[in-house]
Amino acid sequence: MVGFNKWTKAKTLAIFLLPSLLGMTVFVILPIISSLGLSFTKWDLIGEIKWVGMANYSRVIKDPNIHGALLHTLQFIAGYLPSVMIISLGVAMLLNQKLKGVVFFRALYFIPVITSWVAVSMIWKWLLNPEYGIVNYLLSLIGIAGPGWLVDADWAMIGVILTSVWKDIGFITVIYLAGLQEIPGHLYEAAAIDGVNGWQKFRHITWPMLSSTTFFVVTISLINSFQVFDQVWVMTEGGPAGATSVMVQQIYLNAFRYYKMGYASAISWVLFIIIFAFTFAQNRMQKKWGYSDE
Amino acid sequence: MNKSRMKKIGMYLLLTIGAIAMILPFLWMLSTSLKSSNVTFVLPPKWIPDNPNLESYRQVFETVPMGRFFFNSVFVAAISTFFQVLICSMAGYAFARIQFKGREVLFYVYLATLMVPQQVTLTPLFIMMNMLGWANTYQALILPGIFSAFGTFLMRQFFLGIPNSIEEAAFIDGAGYVTIFFRIIIHLAKPVFATLFIFAFMASWNNFLWPLIITTDTTHMTLPLGLASLKGRWTTDWNVLMAGTLVSIVPMMFVYIFTQKYIIKGLTHTGLK
Repeated sequence: MVGFNKWTKAKTLAIFLLPSLLGMTVFVILPIISSLGLSFTKWDLIGEIKWVGMANYSRVIKDPNIHGALLHTLQFIAGYLPSVMIISLGVAMLLNQKLKGVVFFRALYFIPVITSWVAVSMIWKWLLNPEYGIVNYLLSLIGIAGPGWLVDADWAMIGVILTSVWKDIGFITVIYLAGLQEIPGHLYEAAAIDGVNGWQKFRHITWPMLSSTTFFVVTISLINSFQVFDQVWVMTEGGPAGATSVMVQQIYLNAFRYYKMGYASAISWVLFIIIFAFTFAQNRMQKKWGYSDE
Repeated sequence: MNKSRMKKIGMYLLLTIGAIAMILPFLWMLSTSLKSSNVTFVLPPKWIPDNPNLESYRQVFETVPMGRFFFNSVFVAAISTFFQVLICSMAGYAFARIQFKGREVLFYVYLATLMVPQQVTLTPLFIMMNMLGWANTYQALILPGIFSAFGTFLMRQFFLGIPNSIEEAAFIDGAGYVTIFFRIIIHLAKPVFATLFIFAFMASWNNFLWPLIITTDTTHMTLPLGLASLKGRWTTDWNVLMAGTLVSIVPMMFVYIFTQKYIIKGLTHTGLK
């Protein structure tokens, strides 16, 4: 900075920072603030904006549609998160072996990740077709009468979870693989000398050494899963009979179908609070159990 | 056969089963798309169609402007990715290197926005775009996707890792920040540029919710949206739907084949560090 006068510095700063600052203000920061403001009002885009105080929030708390959506979102997370983590960790451990062709397998497992949610949902909707779908056909080969999947209220969410897990395995695997590669090899060598078996190695070396990776995976997956929408919208539109309606869908419907701008904003802030609370709790837990190796 | 060889075979077996599970849905999509509508629902399913034909593809392109969707997706993704990389890297550079009053506070404001889910901003953005009369326009599709706190953060972290000495030498030669940035820094930052480029491109290419809200006419629909609109017209014509899906996947697949290494590296890099 030596030798720069104030004016030059201001000019430089304007060139580097102003485009970003302007854009962030207009398209991110102001919308966040106005969304908070809107959440205390009632507005249908046409009439006058009416200040309603906390009314939207107390309605959110009582709204059975929101209760249902929150329950389904939590069901989605409960099914999706452990499955995708266990499978991905397993795949990552296999890929971490010194085998030939690992790069090829890794590339294959990653293909669903780069495919759009809409495309993946279309493909799986067809695969899960109750009568003509491949999944039920394969099940029939081993003597199982497959369920109705997306058209059966009891199975629809499982179908959505199955699809989501399938799509995200490659992503979580790559993250776990990076974590595995950072575990120093000498730990395993020492264990081998002590005659430790495979499960003990996993239990006492791999799993603890992966704790910060696991923490990262849980954090991002949790945040993403609370915002689940695309696959649900394409596969079931929240049905059948609302069995798969999720939080973001409630925001979407209220804002862009029923034009309840204030109410939709309030739901989005409730969603934010829930995500924040979960992330915060998870963070605290990690500290408490001494999970981190950093 | 010894034990380690058995173990190896077992591992390959597991990996292959997994790989089949990953690939089979795509193959089934391909197979279905090549069938005529009257044989789509034949049981047991035929993996290789008897009379493979491109009839479904013709129907897709006839019912919806697939070419237009494709162009829109490429156009929106290219522009928003280019500007995202440029603007984020310049801002990231300023946050990393230029001292100014309130820098820390401002950076925390950026970081704080990361915690707020995208859905929170949907209603105000929609209202704003409508007030501007920008519904169904490219600017409405592109602009909100450009400014990224994540991208800025990523770039700042990268620039913090570059030793100061590189710039100091240039300063002594009388170069200003702008010259230094475009002549020197950009070249050093190629790997992190690639990472952000790929993330931004994928995010834009696959984006569904925002285009769903802001576009209603087919002239501005991107591929995911166009694909979803096919679903309304061809509820049970799975051969047509699969043809449309396949067409929408192919471009990204090509990008992936050529950038596979960077994508996975980039993801690993940003994921944990």
